[in-house]
Amino acid sequence: MLSDALKREIESHIHEPEHRAAACTEALRIVQRERGWIDDESIRDIAEFLTMTPHELDGVATFFNLIHRRPVGRNVIRICSSVSCWVLGYDKLRDALQKKLEIKPGQTTADQRFTLIPNQCLGCCDHGPALMVNGDLHRDVDPDRLDDVLNRYA
Amino acid sequence: MSERPLTEHIPTDGSALSLKDYERVGGYAAVRTALGGLQPADVTQCVKDAGLRGRGGAGFPTGVKWALVPMGPEAAKPKYLVVNADEMEPGTFKDRWLLEGNPHQLIEGIILASFAIQAEISYIFLRGEYTVAQERIEHALHEAYEAGYLGENILGSGFNLGTYLHMSIGRYICGEETALLNALEGKRATPRTKPPFPQISGLWGKPTIVNNVETLCNIPHIINKGADWYKSVSKTPNGGTKLYGVSGKVKKPGLWELPLGATVGELMDLAGGMRDGLALRGIIPGGASTDFLGPEHLELQMDFDTVPKAGSRMGTGTMIILDDKTCPVGMIRNLTQFFSQESCGWCTPCRDGLPWLEKTLAAIDEGSGVPDDINHLKRHVKLLGPGMTFCALAPGAMAPLGSALTRFAEDFERHIREKRCPWKN
Repeated sequence: MLSDALKREIESHIHEPEHRAAACTEALRIVQRERGWIDDESIRDIAEFLTMTPHELDGVATFFNLIHRRPVGRNVIRICSSVSCWVLGYDKLRDALQKKLEIKPGQTTADQRFTLIPNQCLGCCDHGPALMVNGDLHRDVDPDRLDDVLNRYA
Repeated sequence: MSERPLTEHIPTDGSALSLKDYERVGGYAAVRTALGGLQPADVTQCVKDAGLRGRGGAGFPTGVKWALVPMGPEAAKPKYLVVNADEMEPGTFKDRWLLEGNPHQLIEGIILASFAIQAEISYIFLRGEYTVAQERIEHALHEAYEAGYLGENILGSGFNLGTYLHMSIGRYICGEETALLNALEGKRATPRTKPPFPQISGLWGKPTIVNNVETLCNIPHIINKGADWYKSVSKTPNGGTKLYGVSGKVKKPGLWELPLGATVGELMDLAGGMRDGLALRGIIPGGASTDFLGPEHLELQMDFDTVPKAGSRMGTGTMIILDDKTCPVGMIRNLTQFFSQESCGWCTPCRDGLPWLEKTLAAIDEGSGVPDDINHLKRHVKLLGPGMTFCALAPGAMAPLGSALTRFAEDFERHIREKRCPWKN
């Protein structure tokens, strides 16, 4: 069930009442923010609220990069894997994160604290290598000083 | 010091220009001028005369695009103006500067463009990862509505415009304008058949213009200072300044607003040259989907017409630098992995061809390539090239690959011959 508050927030993204389903990507984003990831129940809830079929909505949910259809940790690290960051040391940063967190890209730490995901160009190519944790962008990340970044996230 | 109309007022402390400060430096004067007496066709004509070409990468003349929208009482309604703020081309970070630093300049451009095509609704399609820009645009939209620049009967002119922010949930193909429209409609973002073009049949089948952020930020200045001034700030027949960027192992990577037609060498100088001990080997001039240039191109002007003469494109104007201590095969593998992952899956050559190329490049990079792999790669550059696929994604992917196979042929062969990457220990 979607709470009334969630319904209201989703409604605020319906700008043209005749195109209710257009708010589905915003709805996925909002529900994921509250629940961490999009499970099958969330798909059914949102689809019903926006008068879509669950299959239609799942087609959208599985298409886009920022929607998780699997559980993730409390914090999601998105490490920029695109070309400028690659030139500036993506491999080294990724390896350091893997070693530190003892997981591979796509996995979640045993304590559920972090999920590590490679991400397409974060658009801060003059300050690579870069990564995002949740909504926060971190630039010029030093693989030898990962704690400076990670310690901010419980 | 050359003129920098787009960025001169952006605070250097990383904050955004407030509405008050924007108005103090002439902000929204162009909206007052246009809505206070100009006809929509006057605005379009002025943009045409200015020679503004789209800054998203393709370089289509903006005024010409607008003039294709049906006008008059018989035209379908509502019409839409959509802002492509889905900056996701690898190596491209220019629109972030405008979005975070001066959101009101973009909103003013939106109002003027919407007025020119008589759109009643506009959407800003913003990358989900641009969270700072999201906050600032939300705030700026709120201010603009409060001040009467958006909403009903703007400044008493009778013109109505609703502008809404749409946060993308992430897919490179959304940069393709018809895929973007599908995403806005709440569908999988696959491209649509063209024609019909969005100007005639776009969002929900209504006339729609999709413009890039930087493109729209130019409009207030064109209206304020005129087409002649706009042409005068450029070194080319196409008007205006351009946001240029340099990333890679240079001393001072960054972004600069310069006259359109600045040279590759000028940009390299602003970037402080290569880091100590490194030499310049290759340049991807305008985001991932442009052909490599080389050290012989320092005199080349970065503009829409000159870069193609050297076999590439200006694209987004943000250069990615390859140095002599970085493996070109690894770089191409990284680029191809990106395009492979971001293929929307709609057409077969792109969906199946790109992963095959990615695997072939991985094999060469990891030392298990065979001589015939080079022929495979070359054949696919043709098979996934212009005209062979549904949209421009795969041909874009072939631009750096095809040019690398020529420019760095010896590096590819050496990987295969030595069965290892010479850049790895």
